[in-house]
Amino acid sequence: MIEIKTVSKWFDDFQVLTDIHETIERGQTVVICGPSGSGKSTLLRCINGLEPYQKGEIIVDGVSLSDPRTNLYKLRENIGMVFQRFELYPHMTALQNISLAPMKVRKLSREKAEKKAMDLLERVGIPDKADAYPANLSGGQQQRVAIARSLAMEPKYMMFDEPTSALDPEMIQEVLDVMIALAKEGMTMLCVTHEMGFAREVADEIIFMDFGKIVERGTYEEFFKNPKSERAKEFLKQIL
Amino acid sequence: MGFAYDFDWGVLWRQPYGMWLLEGLWLTIKIGFLAWIIALSFGIFIGTLRVTPWRWLRFIATAYTEVFRNIPFLVQLFFWYYAGPMVFGQHLGRQINQIMGLNYYVAIFALGLYTASRVAEHMRAGFASISRDQYQAVLSTGMTQYQMYRYVIIPYALRIITPPLTTEFLTIFKNSSIAMTIGVAEITFMSYRIDAETFHGLEATTGAMFIYLILGLTVVRIMGIIEAKFKIPGMIGRE
Repeated sequence: MIEIKTVSKWFDDFQVLTDIHETIERGQTVVICGPSGSGKSTLLRCINGLEPYQKGEIIVDGVSLSDPRTNLYKLRENIGMVFQRFELYPHMTALQNISLAPMKVRKLSREKAEKKAMDLLERVGIPDKADAYPANLSGGQQQRVAIARSLAMEPKYMMFDEPTSALDPEMIQEVLDVMIALAKEGMTMLCVTHEMGFAREVADEIIFMDFGKIVERGTYEEFFKNPKSERAKEFLKQIL
Repeated sequence: MGFAYDFDWGVLWRQPYGMWLLEGLWLTIKIGFLAWIIALSFGIFIGTLRVTPWRWLRFIATAYTEVFRNIPFLVQLFFWYYAGPMVFGQHLGRQINQIMGLNYYVAIFALGLYTASRVAEHMRAGFASISRDQYQAVLSTGMTQYQMYRYVIIPYALRIITPPLTTEFLTIFKNSSIAMTIGVAEITFMSYRIDAETFHGLEATTGAMFIYLILGLTVVRIMGIIEAKFKIPGMIGRE
């Protein structure tokens, strides 16, 4: 369970997050949407300790991130993250990208790590690309490798930061399919995305953020069909 | 009026002069390679410390880089050779001064430390060209800072900065000629020695120039092969 309790964050004197309050139960899929600059990505980075916050508290499985004794490296092993621009290691093959962390962090043998990487490539549908370098993969394939890289650590949570925003339209679905399958298998997911189809299919809750605040929250029906706030209505008019 | 100088290119292969140049070349190669090993390993280390999250390590690394790259190499070489042994006290200093071939070791050491500061700066440029999200992506898989640099960021940065590193590797052979000022008998020293014995300095210097040129082109060729082997697919590089 991830508990976010009235978290605020500043970059110097600019406030990027204001009193964010949210609880994500195991097995849930939460979709975060909102205009750019609303603090969605920053919120994700606070949850796995890549960015510090100044007020409030984030508790992951009972462990507080503000506690100086918390080992953030250990924490991140359980929280996978997928980035907008994939961020694969360009000098390594798909297989090496996926097997690196299991080998170095989990201390798996190369043989076991590569076996696991192959299984994951199978799962995301591109086992034939094991020896390809990121530059020789399409955007959709790169993102699927990136998802496999996160899954290789067998995380309890997965966070997605606009995973399809940098993709050509015809490649979006192949990535969404992997994400939908993951959500249906019971993975706890936190996704920053504007993909309505994805939200409709798997989102338990949708959070709408603007200017660092949660403006509105609800189920797919509530939010997309019947938004309450003016800001959300305006936003939905733009993206629909 | 004829040209008063009597050319004698034979001096370049007549013995012992031809052998002197070859001995000089061998010494230049040894100094260059050994200094490069120091420069590369220490330079990567210092360059990495400059971007770590720990303030004190950053400070030390920055101080090192600024001291070593802002003082002329000749002055550094003189310092290590003449003042260096004194740092260890009178007794130990005297013993160090009696080491056979001290000037040779000092040349390698001084050249290595000087070039390390330059390698460190290239490393920093390499690190800066890697996006913030790339670092975060590595950390998000649970790797520690050390693992992140060791397995992903340093190998990536080294590939980005291979061209300037080639230049540094070349420069280390050229700078090794300055070691003649403390009596190291490398190529330049030997060409002067031939001049002193035969008064055919022009031929000897031309010979030395030619040897440097061949050496440099060989280094470029070797680095080209390394660059091609470790080239990141999809990045611009030589074909």
